[in-house]
Amino acid sequence: MSDTSSTLRLDAEALYADLCKGVQRLLRPETVLVGVWSGGAWLAERLNADLGLSTPHGVISSALHRDDFGQRGLSATKDATHLPFEVEGRHILLVDDVLYTGRTTRAVLNELWDFGRPASVTLVVLVDRGGRELPIEPAYSAARIALPAEARVSLDRNAEGRFQFQFEKA
Amino acid sequence: MANIAPAPAILRKPQRNPQLNAHGELIHLLSTEGLPKANLLQILDTAEQFLSVNDREVKKVPLLRGKSVFNLFFENSTRTRTTFEIAAKRLSADVINLDIARSSASKGESLLDTIANLSAMQADMFIVRHSESGAPYLIAQHVAPHVHVVNAGDGRHAHPTQALLDMYTIRHYKKDFTNLTVAIVGDIVHSRVARSNIHALTTLGVPEVRVVGPRTLVPGDLRHLGVRVCHSMEEGIKDADVVIMLRLQNERMNGGMLPSAGEFFKEFGLTEAKLALAKPDAIVMHPGPINRGVEIDSAVADGKQSVILPQVTFGIAVRMAVMGIIAGNEA
Repeated sequence: MSDTSSTLRLDAEALYADLCKGVQRLLRPETVLVGVWSGGAWLAERLNADLGLSTPHGVISSALHRDDFGQRGLSATKDATHLPFEVEGRHILLVDDVLYTGRTTRAVLNELWDFGRPASVTLVVLVDRGGRELPIEPAYSAARIALPAEARVSLDRNAEGRFQFQFEKA
Repeated sequence: MANIAPAPAILRKPQRNPQLNAHGELIHLLSTEGLPKANLLQILDTAEQFLSVNDREVKKVPLLRGKSVFNLFFENSTRTRTTFEIAAKRLSADVINLDIARSSASKGESLLDTIANLSAMQADMFIVRHSESGAPYLIAQHVAPHVHVVNAGDGRHAHPTQALLDMYTIRHYKKDFTNLTVAIVGDIVHSRVARSNIHALTTLGVPEVRVVGPRTLVPGDLRHLGVRVCHSMEEGIKDADVVIMLRLQNERMNGGMLPSAGEFFKEFGLTEAKLALAKPDAIVMHPGPINRGVEIDSAVADGKQSVILPQVTFGIAVRMAVMGIIAGNEA
């Protein structure tokens, strides 16, 4: 695990390589990958290919279970949940790009349960930026960083499919 | 010196679309007329998400949990009221259906008094059908900022959720609006569905919208809506991608606008022979309830080009989208 406190030198590709190794150690024979839209979905897609997993990965959206719906409203996105397998009884490895308050993770867990009762859910993330507001911890994170509360970081994927981080001030 | 009175407030205030807040977000759905393309597309895209809720183990999402939706139907409806009810329940709202025939309205209570009383019962959303054009606008002007209004059909004026589910259906089967010919057939002049569809279709960039029917029901001055007026099925249906049949209301026959239902069917009823004039992959739509043998032949209504039942299914997702979007936006 590569810990770094500098946001400027965050190499998304190097962290992805670490994540890939971390995920490999957590795989069970029946594990399926589910990526949180959008960054996590890209990660799950690439992990699925690089690890040669036979079951296609799923994509999950937090949109319908968000707890800030009253403030943010419903945005029109194409981030619909797509789970091309039975959720019931599966071991699910939930993949996200950045873990912060944990509220998105809470929302996607609710979303997941709308499709059935998984045997287990394990969370892996590329970057854990701390600041949790819920009792949610990842089983693996490729990096832990500290960021000011107003900073926003998310994963971006370029035309060649390579990852980089996007930083902006809220 | 002449004392010039200030202009009335309504003239001084910049007029804003009453459906949108200052940020251009949808807070009520009253009409497709003047509704920007971005808002129309937001509803269609959101509906796509909601359609998949039907495939889940749990067919419910919590967006309207703890909210009360009042179905306020001053005019009869089965399909629209039921699909609104299902849509609201799938969003986890509490749904209250008012039996207006037995309510205070029949005892002489005014519309706004009814609304004030229901608001005092903590209503968060009103779904309104009324025989008077404009009734939902009046309600929208008088509710508290957190309360939302959806027009479920007002007089001859508008039926925006029907138009939106029609747009969803067209996009589902035809993908792109900008290369289509859409024919709307029947009693155009009395139809709120036709009016709302015309506004939505032209906003979404459909290059040719035709309205088809006898002169009594399709007057020539409809051209100002940006449509082509056709008085024969041959002209109206030829090479169309989408044929929307409207229900012929019995009261039109009594008003002397049509000789008989049989006469109408002969000229404008959709049969397989007439449908053959349209493109081979044309879809046939109808807002329901259908009158078999009056505006549409059973062979067409049940045929492979008919998408009348998918329309009903899409209607639930579209109404979920409308309610979900407006509930999340503040006035």
